[in-house]
Amino acid sequence: MAAAPVAFDRARKFEKVCGILERYGYRPSGLIPILQAIQHVYQYLPEEVLTYVATSLDVPPARVFGVATFYAHFALEPKGKHVIRICDGTACHVKHSLPVLNALHEKLGTSEKKTTSGDMLFTVETVACLGACGLAPVVVIDEQVYGGMTPERALALIDEIKTNENTSDLGSSSADMPANGEILHVQ
Amino acid sequence: MSSSDGLVVLNQQANGIATLSQLRRVILCAGTGCMANGAMKVFEQFKREMAGSGLNVILELRAEGGDHDVRLSKSGCQGFCQMGPLVSVVPDGILYTKVRPEDVAEIVQQTLVAGQTVDRLLYKDPATRKTCRGLEDNPFYARQNRLVLRECGFLDPEDIHEFIQHGGYSAAKKAFLEMSPEEICKKVTESGLRGRGGGGFPTGRKWEAARVQKATKKYVICNGDEGDPGAFMNRSVMEGNPHSVIEGILIAARAIGANEGLVYVRAEYPLAVERMRRAVADAEREGILGDNVFGSGLSMKCDVMEGAGAFVCGEETAMIASIEGRRGMPSPKPPFPAQSGLWGKPTIINNVETLAHVSRILNQGTEAFHSVGTKDSPGTKTFALTGHVANTGLVEVPFGTTLREIVLNIGGGVTDDYGKLLKSGFKAVQIGGPSGGCLTPDHLDLPLAYESLRSVGAMVGSGGLVVMNERTCMVSIARFFMEFTQRESCGKCVLCREGTKQLLALLDDVIEGRADAGTLDLLEKLGRAVQVGSLCGLGKTAPNPVLSTLRYFRREYEEHIFEKRCRTGRCKALLRPEINEERCKGCGVCIKACPTGAITGEKKKPHRIDPELCIKCGACATACKLHAVEGV
Repeated sequence: MAAAPVAFDRARKFEKVCGILERYGYRPSGLIPILQAIQHVYQYLPEEVLTYVATSLDVPPARVFGVATFYAHFALEPKGKHVIRICDGTACHVKHSLPVLNALHEKLGTSEKKTTSGDMLFTVETVACLGACGLAPVVVIDEQVYGGMTPERALALIDEIKTNENTSDLGSSSADMPANGEILHVQ
Repeated sequence: MSSSDGLVVLNQQANGIATLSQLRRVILCAGTGCMANGAMKVFEQFKREMAGSGLNVILELRAEGGDHDVRLSKSGCQGFCQMGPLVSVVPDGILYTKVRPEDVAEIVQQTLVAGQTVDRLLYKDPATRKTCRGLEDNPFYARQNRLVLRECGFLDPEDIHEFIQHGGYSAAKKAFLEMSPEEICKKVTESGLRGRGGGGFPTGRKWEAARVQKATKKYVICNGDEGDPGAFMNRSVMEGNPHSVIEGILIAARAIGANEGLVYVRAEYPLAVERMRRAVADAEREGILGDNVFGSGLSMKCDVMEGAGAFVCGEETAMIASIEGRRGMPSPKPPFPAQSGLWGKPTIINNVETLAHVSRILNQGTEAFHSVGTKDSPGTKTFALTGHVANTGLVEVPFGTTLREIVLNIGGGVTDDYGKLLKSGFKAVQIGGPSGGCLTPDHLDLPLAYESLRSVGAMVGSGGLVVMNERTCMVSIARFFMEFTQRESCGKCVLCREGTKQLLALLDDVIEGRADAGTLDLLEKLGRAVQVGSLCGLGKTAPNPVLSTLRYFRREYEEHIFEKRCRTGRCKALLRPEINEERCKGCGVCIKACPTGAITGEKKKPHRIDPELCIKCGACATACKLHAVEGV
């Protein structure tokens, strides 16, 4: 690849971060909304971006990393294209959400430690409660809520997404998403 | 629009209410539960069908209305989540449940045009098999006392005009124009309103403490960080009636002299975040929030902040740290936030439900508020009723209501894992989430209130009620909560950080058969130490689920430890594989399925499993059509 487009590409990536920082007036008090906005763009918080944010806000990197690791919502690893969140709140738990989780882990080759599948298509996470207890057990796939889950129904949903992926593979794949950790520090 | 225009709208409300109640309305529940079940498709279908049926469909509220007008609107969560999507027709008083887009044509023709009910879509009470036409004869609704929730199921949460026409913001207007801060604090104190977030601290006293502080800047924070798993009442109020929360914030701000408010919403509630943001923007546009609130010359602004997924942020000081952009770790009190809170300024933090009660106290007086509930816990409380119960959903009842009324009457009774109603089988209710405790069949007649619950080792908490049937292992439930608090501990206090981890390890010992006679004593001792040695509410209450299950279900713990047996069969490590001799016909399918050759037996005679060889893979149980394999 030629040098110029790469450099252009990097500059463009940081432009988004700068835009976000600007929106919050470079105030360290806005750190959480800033990180949320960055994660919204990148799907996770790349290490280089965190350092960049610390420098821009004039706070120690430890503080930015401290916040990024404290809250469950922030991910320091890239997530898959489709994020599957299984509710393990009390209501879902007593209505057997764990078999659903285990079935998904088995199907996608993921685990509690390794939440993203090898093909970067799926990330499987648990959440404490989605507040949709009346529909327990609940699974949320890409912000769409599915209630009354069973392992069979969950696997069928995965198959459906996989089929859609295969048919649309030739079109746009993940063009608007950065590849794994490719954001480099630009001085 | 300037604030004076907002006042004009407010003044029109008296006429508006009359118009509103006469107009025929089709209301679709658009809470998270119903939306997940396809409520939006039903809504679109209604739009199409009604347009084609000669009815005049009104989507936006206006003052006049004709005979053939039908207003189609969305509402917030109506509470009966399990039966969604819900469609109500008023003033006919019909409630249709589980409505699919293909049912819509029938509803339009039968009900809206011909004025009859579509019987097959009405709710059938599983206990009595009676068909319920609407809210009045539906035991789930009829036995409740819905004050905070009523408007959630009626008003369009995205329409500020409807809220105003229904009398909304009149209490806030009164607070800003007719009442002094002292009067407001006094009235709220007199009402006896206590914090609905769990602690139950008197709201009026909290406000008074902030009011007397001399500071140029004060803050009001609305706590919508409902982290308690199995509870969703704050979500429903924020989604269903966001303006009532803003009105509460306005009144609180007037009471303490604040000019900035903030709603801290849990990030797992995207719809609540969206609706709160929209409500704030609408209120700003109408001049209700801004530089000259109701023409009083006072200013008020309000922000919505999304949490980032930390249970401990529900604690006041941790929430303040989070808003300031730091790790959400609690700090010692005093100083209390009312003295030195956000950015060191006097701050009050109130739960969503608490704030939603305030306007009613100002409008209807303290007497009306006192008329329900108990002496020490007046008013109503919303509970999220979930788990093994026929009618799951949100229930609002006066304090002092018994558990029997909530679980067996409103909830319709206990069910098995698949939702089938059981005649008996009620084992326990977990109240108050990870900070709370268990209530047993002995407590069915206990009136639920702050003091009475504390006396039996539980607490109101935020109001999650998870019903459990006899097939639920109480040790596993204690472990479930302990795992949650252990994960959510912020790590500041050693006893909370390390203690919860050790408690969890001890519970694992019990569940996996490694525990001995000393384990229970150790659990109790350590549990009490964690309660004493932790700074904030999370640590102080973290051992509650363990201590309370130990108190009421000690026998079950002992069975796990001494008999190496779990009576519900949920603890896999304690299972002993067996073939039921009566059921087994000796077909040999299990022998073929077993990968380790652990099953032996002659044809047409009951087979046996060798526990030494068995790896509990479950292949035999899956293969057996007669369900003769037990304990794998």
